[in-house]
Amino acid sequence: MTRELPYVAAMNEALHLEMTRDEDVLLIGQTVGEEHYESFKEFGSARVRVTPISETAEIGMATGAALAGKRPVVDATMAEFLLVAMGQVVNEANRVHYMTGGQLRAPIVIKAGYGFAAGWAGQHTSAPYGMVMGVPGLKVALPSTPADAKGLMATAVRDDNPVLYLHHFLLLLERGPVPEGEYLVPFGVADIKRPGSDVTVVATGWTVHRALAAAERLSDEGIDVEVIDPRTIAPLDVETILASVARTGRLVLVDQATRHASVSAVIAGEVAEHGLSSLRAPVVQVTALDTTLAYSQPMEEYVLPDEGKIAAAVRQVAGVKAGAM
Amino acid sequence: MTLDTGHQITMYRQMVRIREFEERVKRTFTDHPGVIRGHTHLADGAEASIVGSIAAMRPGDQAIATYRCHGYPIALGSDTSALMAEIYGRVGGICGGYGGSMHLADIARGFLGTSAIVAQNIPQGAGAAYAAQLRGRGDVVLTFFGDGATKQGAFHESLNVAALWRLPVVFIMENNSFSVTVRTEEEDANAAAGEPLATKAKAYSMPGTTIDGGDPLVVQQTVADAVARARAGDGPTLIESLVYRLSAHGNSIAPPGVPLHYPEHEAVAIYGAVEEYEAAKRGDPVPRFRARLIESGVLTGDQAGAIVDEAQAEMQAAVDFALNSPLPEPAAALNHVYA
Repeated sequence: MTRELPYVAAMNEALHLEMTRDEDVLLIGQTVGEEHYESFKEFGSARVRVTPISETAEIGMATGAALAGKRPVVDATMAEFLLVAMGQVVNEANRVHYMTGGQLRAPIVIKAGYGFAAGWAGQHTSAPYGMVMGVPGLKVALPSTPADAKGLMATAVRDDNPVLYLHHFLLLLERGPVPEGEYLVPFGVADIKRPGSDVTVVATGWTVHRALAAAERLSDEGIDVEVIDPRTIAPLDVETILASVARTGRLVLVDQATRHASVSAVIAGEVAEHGLSSLRAPVVQVTALDTTLAYSQPMEEYVLPDEGKIAAAVRQVAGVKAGAM
Repeated sequence: MTLDTGHQITMYRQMVRIREFEERVKRTFTDHPGVIRGHTHLADGAEASIVGSIAAMRPGDQAIATYRCHGYPIALGSDTSALMAEIYGRVGGICGGYGGSMHLADIARGFLGTSAIVAQNIPQGAGAAYAAQLRGRGDVVLTFFGDGATKQGAFHESLNVAALWRLPVVFIMENNSFSVTVRTEEEDANAAAGEPLATKAKAYSMPGTTIDGGDPLVVQQTVADAVARARAGDGPTLIESLVYRLSAHGNSIAPPGVPLHYPEHEAVAIYGAVEEYEAAKRGDPVPRFRARLIESGVLTGDQAGAIVDEAQAEMQAAVDFALNSPLPEPAAALNHVYA
């Protein structure tokens, strides 16, 4: 059975199901005693534990508990808070299995919101996954729909590696169909959110919806856009993207991250190396501009990708005639 | 509680084994140049503190440490051949050559490994203690680090949570008077004020104590008391164990092509404190404990000598094994990226 749920409810449903299924799953963080976790009180204060504002300790302790057999989920609240504990995010749990020759595992989930482009200004609005998507041993999930929010969370909890699960603040209340009961979305498998034959658009998180809206507008203009959501950016499903580009020959990359630390830049490199012969037009990237996000709305909007910018990019690549490169 | 003579002899044997192991690691730089790469940190001088601490553990307890990590798995019973082979980067290494000197681990013996980044293992030790608390079997985690780590936020965050949650963890700070090359009183407010570093425990409302880390029986007793407190659910303890590392912080740091070696100790090389270093050598905990055991009739000189002979033979075998263990296949570098 599938019914409509908001993204935040779908995410929490998966976590609740996993905590019911496996008593080794823990939930710790600064906000886990708050109202949105009300239904988790049934697991008791030992498994759902409020932490001080100590990100290094939170993530380090989750790692240590994982080494000792638990499967902790850390709600780190906002992606930027991870920056104060970056060593524990990118240089500890993710390397333990490797450095011990496979002896140890650190199955932790670090859950945090990102991209709160609603006037939260310079230090609470970024999409900082570009810093971590190339870090060995760390998986990174970026759900864009309620169903993916549920399925990727369940997979993250069951994964034996550290997973950075980044939910998008602007999507929390978006509703969509979500399967009931156990529902797993595999890592490293991109989802074609909208099939199309003229132009491939790859987008993540909140920009998936901007890309879908642009695709609808463009279909009225006779341009058939395919929208691909990688869903996890580590591992990254390059194959699905290359296969799409082989069909369309045209690629627009959309990302809320700043251009030089974006998923787009990484995909552009992969396509340049492995898919150049398919391209009938230069790749166009529609990313955040390389600046800190301003507080004031006109400046915030100027910097971010939106439906209009995506549509313009698609028209640009579609307008280039075959062989014009 | 005074340990029986059998335990005391075992502790002496473990101290000697660690010393002999470290001597062979150090000798490798001259006997087999190029075999050890990167940075290697020795535990010589800290044997009594390590062995006394580990002696307070029981099966089910766990330990986590830093890059100066050779001593703990030896005391926990890990195979010294596999440890040496790891330091030599060989297939037969305890981590298959993936970790090296700074990343030893032996999960089967309760050694949860290390972080080679100062203080980053401290929250991990607290987290393992959180898991132990949830298991409810009375297991305790020993978390080892140096005096330098107490200047890191990770130390302070972890002690706060551990005390708040009454976690079954014992924080064992081996204070060797130097943070790499800087004297403790030049970078620690407590030390500069003439106070012990264990004073920091007060800020987190946990017991803090400073002990002679050169006396394995004192260490064992102190750690055992802290472990008992932790097992009873009364929370963590900070133990400042005063040790004097007898070698430099680590081997020389040099680009490829320059032979690596162990430089002179910082006390002499940087501070010119020759007498301080000579006094530390006179106070070397290994011969000190040996003299005490002989004086108290626990061991004869011959028996003590036999323990050294056995340890030397064991470490010769470890070196031989490590030298003969093959280097890994290059493409094995892509194994273990993900579990």
